[in-house]
Amino acid sequence: MSQFSTCTQPSGVVVVKPTGRLNMVAAPALRKELHTIVEGGQTRVAVDLSAVDFIDSSGLGALISGLKVARQAGGDLRIAAPTRQVIAVLELTNLNRVLRAHPDAGTAFDE
Amino acid sequence: MTHRLPNSDVGRLPSPWLRLLILCTALLGINYIIWRWTSSLNWSAWWIAVPLVLAETYSVIDSLLFAMTMWRVLRRHPPPPPPEGATVDVLITTYNEPIAMVLDTARAALAIRYPHSTWILDDGNRDELRCAAEELGVGYVTRSAHWQDKPRHAKAGNLNNALFETQGEYILVLDADQVPDPRILDHTLGYFRDPRMALVQTPQYFHNVPFSDPLGSQAPLFYGPIQQGKDGWNAAYFCGSNAVLRREALMQLGIRGYVRAVEDGIKRTLYAAGKMLKTASAQSDSEHPAVRAALQSVREATATARKQLHDNRELADITFEFQQRVDAAARSVVDADVTAMRADLEVITALLEDPEHTSAAVIFDDAALTSLAGREWSPLGAIESIGAMVRAVDVGRDDEAQPVLPMATISVTEDMATCMRLHAQGWKSAYHHEVLARGLAPDDVRTMMTQRLRWAQGTVQVMLRENPLLLKGLSIGQRLMYWATMWSYLAGFAALAYIAAPAIFLIFGIMPVQAYSWDFFGRLIPFLILNQMMFIIISRGTPTWRGQQYSLALFPVWIRACVTAFRNVYFDRPLGFAVTPKTKQAVDAIPWHLVKWQLAAIAMLVVASVIGIVQLYFGAISVLGVGVNLFWVLFDIVILSVVFQAVRYRGHEPEAPEREGVP
Repeated sequence: MSQFSTCTQPSGVVVVKPTGRLNMVAAPALRKELHTIVEGGQTRVAVDLSAVDFIDSSGLGALISGLKVARQAGGDLRIAAPTRQVIAVLELTNLNRVLRAHPDAGTAFDE
Repeated sequence: MTHRLPNSDVGRLPSPWLRLLILCTALLGINYIIWRWTSSLNWSAWWIAVPLVLAETYSVIDSLLFAMTMWRVLRRHPPPPPPEGATVDVLITTYNEPIAMVLDTARAALAIRYPHSTWILDDGNRDELRCAAEELGVGYVTRSAHWQDKPRHAKAGNLNNALFETQGEYILVLDADQVPDPRILDHTLGYFRDPRMALVQTPQYFHNVPFSDPLGSQAPLFYGPIQQGKDGWNAAYFCGSNAVLRREALMQLGIRGYVRAVEDGIKRTLYAAGKMLKTASAQSDSEHPAVRAALQSVREATATARKQLHDNRELADITFEFQQRVDAAARSVVDADVTAMRADLEVITALLEDPEHTSAAVIFDDAALTSLAGREWSPLGAIESIGAMVRAVDVGRDDEAQPVLPMATISVTEDMATCMRLHAQGWKSAYHHEVLARGLAPDDVRTMMTQRLRWAQGTVQVMLRENPLLLKGLSIGQRLMYWATMWSYLAGFAALAYIAAPAIFLIFGIMPVQAYSWDFFGRLIPFLILNQMMFIIISRGTPTWRGQQYSLALFPVWIRACVTAFRNVYFDRPLGFAVTPKTKQAVDAIPWHLVKWQLAAIAMLVVASVIGIVQLYFGAISVLGVGVNLFWVLFDIVILSVVFQAVRYRGHEPEAPEREGVP
C-alpha cells in the first residue's frame, strides 16, 4: 500500500505527492516508492512537495536515492513546489546546489 | 551584566587552585623551552642538539595542549530524563567476531530498559548469525546489493548501509564485544533534550584486563579527564562504540557530504575535460567526419556546462543537459554508421540473391541498433576517456555504493572524522562519565599493537585529509582539542631523540647542551615536577603510568603509522590495515620479534652505559654528565621495559568461582 498519491501524466511523467511529515519514519517508504516507479519503466518522476509540512535529512536522502535510480535508468527526478520549511532544509544542507525547485510538478519536465 | 560560565548549569569546571597549577606548569614549560632554544644549544654538535631540542619542543607543546584540555575539565551533572517518545535503534556491528559473543551482546541489548529496536549489522554475512538473530528476535542487516564492486569502507560502510534500513531518531552504536548495561539509554538520552546535541559518548571499559593492565588497554586518563576536558570545549569525541547519536545530525552530514562530493567531482571533471577531449581526438579516427563532429558537440557541451557551473546553476540541471547533449552526439555517430552499414548491406543483399544467405538482414533489427547508441556501446563511448568523463558528470556518485554516506569514510577511524565534521556543522557532543558497557580488550601483544597502529593511522589520515586547524566551522578550542590528539601520535619521532641523546653522550662524550648547569636543571626540574603533580591531581589516583609508558614505548608503531598514513594519503598506497581480532590469537613462542626495535634500543642503552662508566673510570668524561645521562638511560629503560611483560602476557584468567570450595 502506498502512502503517497501518484499519478501519471499524458507526457509519461509520474507525479508523486507525499503528504505531511517526510521524516525518518516516512523516508524509507518514499525511497521504495520511487525505486518501484523507476523499475517499472517510468523514469521521469516529479515529486510534488506542496503538501509536505516537514522534511528532514532522511527525507532528502530518499529524494537523492530516487534521483540516482532515475538517472541510471536514463530519466530524471525533479522536485516542485516546496513549502517554506522544505526550502529552509534544502538551503541548510546545500542540497539546493544540486536540485532546483520547480514551481509546479506538472510542468517540471517542460523546461 | 552577569557573566555566567556557559557550562555552569550542566556540570562543574576545575577549581581556581587547579587552574593556577595548570597555568604555572604551562608557564614553566614555555620558560624552559624558550631558554633551551635561545641560550643552551651546543651548536658544534647540532646533529644531535637540534633533534633533541625539537623533541623537547614537541613535548612541551604536548604538555601545553594537555594543560589546555584540563583547563575546562567538565564533570557533568546527571542528565534529565529521556525526551518524550524518543525512538532508538541499537546497532551492533560485527565482522568476524565469534557468534556466541555477538549473541551475548545482542541479548544484553534486548534487555536495555528504554524501548528500542535491536539490530545486528553483520558484515561477515553469516547464515548462522542470521538464523540466530531471527530466533532471538533482533533485526539482522547485511550490505545491500548496491555495495557490490564498490568501496566497502569497513565499519563506516556497515553503519552507513544500516542507516538506510532503520528509522529510529537515535542510534546506539555497540561493537560486537561491548555488553551494554540495561540503563544505558535511560542515562544518556536526556542530553538530547538539547536540540543541537548530536552525540553522547560513554567510556569503553574492558572486563578481561587484570589490575596491572600489562597491555595498557584501559584508558582511564582518556575516558576521564581528557574526554571531560574536551567536553568542556564542546569537543567530546565519538569513539566508535558505546555512544548514542542523533540520526538527523548524521543524515545532515551525509547530505552535505553528498552535495560536496558531487560538486567537486563535476568541477574536477569539467576542468580536466579539455585534456581528455584532446586525447580522444588523437585516439579517434579523425578521418571520420561524424566522430569529429560528435567530439565537437561534446566540447561545446563541456563549455556550456562550465559556464553554467560558473553561473551557479543547479548541478542536477547542468548534468542533465550535459548528458542529453552527449547522448545526442553519440546517437549522431551511430546514425552515420548505420546509414553507411545499411548502404553496404543493401549492396551485399543485392549481390547475394540466394535466399539462404539473407540472414544478414537480421542486423537491421532496429531495437538492437538503438541499443548500440547507448553510451557504453556507441563509438563515442568506446573512446575510453570520454566514457569516463561522461559518467563523472552526474549526480549519482557512481563511485560509491550509496550517494549519501553519513559516516565519514576518509579514515579508518571513521569515528573521529565523523565527529569532527559534526562539530564543524555546529552540533554539540557530550561525554557521559559512567561505565554503561563492558567489552573485551585484546589479550595478546600482537592484537594490541595492530589496534594501536590502526588508531594512529586513522588519526594521521584525518590530520592529513581534513586538518582541524583548517577545517571551517570549528571553534579555536575544538581545533586545538582535535589537534592535541593528532599531535600525540607524533611522539614516535621525539622518542628517537630521547633514546639517542643519552647514548651519544655516554659513548662519544658529545653533549647536546652547552652545560648540565644550574640554569638547565633549575628550569627543567620544576617544570617536570609540576607536570607530574598536575597528572596526579587530575587523574585522582587512577593509574595513568601505563599510558605514559606506552606513549613512548610504542615508538616504532607510531612512526610506522605516520609513514604508512602519509604514503596512503599522498601516494594512494594501502595502509596494510587489519581488523582488530577480538579473540585470542594462537599462542606459541614469545613473540620477541614484535618488539625488536624496543629491544635494540634497550641493548644500545645498556652498552652505552657500560662504555660511559668505563670512560668515567678513566676520567675521560665528567662525573655530572655521566650521572645525569645514566639517570636518563635508566628512565628510558624503565619506560621501554613495559614490552617485556607485554610480550609475555597470555591473557587474563579471572579467578574461577568454582575453586572457592576446594581445599
